[in-house]
Amino acid sequence: MKARYIGWIVALAIAVALPFVHRDPYHLHIMVLILIWSFAYTSWSIMGRFGLVSLGHGGFMGVGAYVTALLWNHLGITPWIGIPLSMVGAGVLALVVAYPCFRFRITGHYFVLVTLALSGIVLQVITATRDYTGGSLGYTPNRAPGHNWLALQFDDKVTWYMIALGVWLGGIVIWHWIDRGMGRHAMEAISEDEDAAAAAGVNVTAEKLRITLISALMTALAGAIYTQYQMFISPDTVSGIAVSLQMVFAAIVGGLYVALGPTVGAIITIMLAEILRIFFGTGAVGWDNLVYGMLLVLFIIFLPKGILGSISERFAAARKS
Amino acid sequence: MQAFLDIFDIYLLEAVVNGILLGGVLALLALGLNLIFGVIDVTWICYAELVMIGMYAMYFLVQYYGLSYFIAAPLTILLVALLGAALHYFVIAPLLTAPPINQLLATGGVLFVLQSFATVAFGINFRNLGIRLPVLSLGDMNFSYARLLSFAAALFGMVAVYLFMTRTFTGTAIRAIAQDRQIMPLMGVDARRIYLVTSAIGGGLAGLAACLLVLQYDVHPFVGLSFGPITFLICVLGGLGNFIGGFIAAFLFAEIIALGGLFSDLEWGYVLAFAFFIVMMFIRPAGLLARRR
Repeated sequence: MKARYIGWIVALAIAVALPFVHRDPYHLHIMVLILIWSFAYTSWSIMGRFGLVSLGHGGFMGVGAYVTALLWNHLGITPWIGIPLSMVGAGVLALVVAYPCFRFRITGHYFVLVTLALSGIVLQVITATRDYTGGSLGYTPNRAPGHNWLALQFDDKVTWYMIALGVWLGGIVIWHWIDRGMGRHAMEAISEDEDAAAAAGVNVTAEKLRITLISALMTALAGAIYTQYQMFISPDTVSGIAVSLQMVFAAIVGGLYVALGPTVGAIITIMLAEILRIFFGTGAVGWDNLVYGMLLVLFIIFLPKGILGSISERFAAARKS
Repeated sequence: MQAFLDIFDIYLLEAVVNGILLGGVLALLALGLNLIFGVIDVTWICYAELVMIGMYAMYFLVQYYGLSYFIAAPLTILLVALLGAALHYFVIAPLLTAPPINQLLATGGVLFVLQSFATVAFGINFRNLGIRLPVLSLGDMNFSYARLLSFAAALFGMVAVYLFMTRTFTGTAIRAIAQDRQIMPLMGVDARRIYLVTSAIGGGLAGLAACLLVLQYDVHPFVGLSFGPITFLICVLGGLGNFIGGFIAAFLFAEIIALGGLFSDLEWGYVLAFAFFIVMMFIRPAGLLARRR
């Protein structure tokens, strides 16, 4: 156990020191993206690992991204207040949709389809309110000059790397916190058999709502941080079904049941997209998703535990024998 | 004031009729999805993308190969039916014993594949068939022939499926297997064959919908997203696997979209439909026609 903590601390120290040693802006950019998306994928897996498969997370991410940017541009509200507000918005949306689902036992296929529609609708709303959001052409938060703490805009990649690293670490800590808590046992019981869990005294609706709320809040934060970093959002990159499926894909490929699984998934997906882009240039439009889609199908058929999940299972088996 | 009211009413009536016409095509889509869910217990997340592929097939058959619309349509239906069967054979069949969520997510992967395949192969330009059907004027109201034709063809397709399900042996076997998955194989029904046939019919319905939608809308790789979510809402509201519920829900949603579109943008019609859906979930969580517990 101790060795494990030391490992974590050493890895973190290396991660913190890295941008000061290796200052290549392109590599830093890729790493910031990986960290932000890893955080988003981790937030999805917090729900997904208990069989609560949501395709609505694209919607939560869209709310996080657009509410933050809209408040800043139209009302001049700093992201320091805007981000919490956008998270509240996503949380309310999550509760409004999830409560009837959980209260009336809408599970499995039904739940997936309802949440799928949710992310579709958020996309429609963003497109419909094109007078404010720029519709499908995308949206840019107003620039504040230079290194501006109030506007949460930094020219410097190292600052962003540190912020993204901190947020990502927060996500991993929350994952572990849930993994250690009583809630995990309750959720596992629920995913096995809701009636039996309810009979054993688990408040099924409340437990599910709690996990959904945590997951939605984190996803909205990921969307807001992404906006602040990229300074450009479009409905297709932060909301909608494609983003939701991308989260599912990364979490499953990396490994749904291990803390670092979604991170591994993010590394694979983003590296894949970048490599395809380098080799095919602009001709690569669409190819990355084509490969993702095929990999997703293949992984679900042949390796449902994901890469990291399967590796750690091998290790565990080897240790026992 | 009186003149204003008259105009308003005519637009309202026109929107109501257009809603009914739209409902026909939505009902057709919902029927295909419900059929597959009812029999195989799988939800094809990529159903709208099959329609998209069908629309591209129509576009190329008519525009590039110069086929007449009525020759291209059966070919497209056949193609999408084959695609449906292939989807079942290669993706769903290996996963039949896996948790149901995995099957659903695998079709999500197929959604990605089809969308990006269309992007890579056909580009992201909007394309249309170039067939402009005349507009029918009835009093002061205008209805496009494209919508009337779609409605008629959608109804025809649904009746054909109904007759197939009730009058043929295969159809009876499909209905039987939907009722009891374990017993029917013991009765000498080859479940794998029935699943393939069902998938092909589901695909064929998507193909038919594609032939009809291509008359009204431009094709692009993401066109599936504009009616996919609404189809899923319809199926859930009607009760997954419940054909009649899906039929009624399709018309309800179509009216909401058409009337919502009358008062503001079409997108808001979709948003209204979703809000309506959430409210309905509180009232009738197990679907429109489910008995209250």
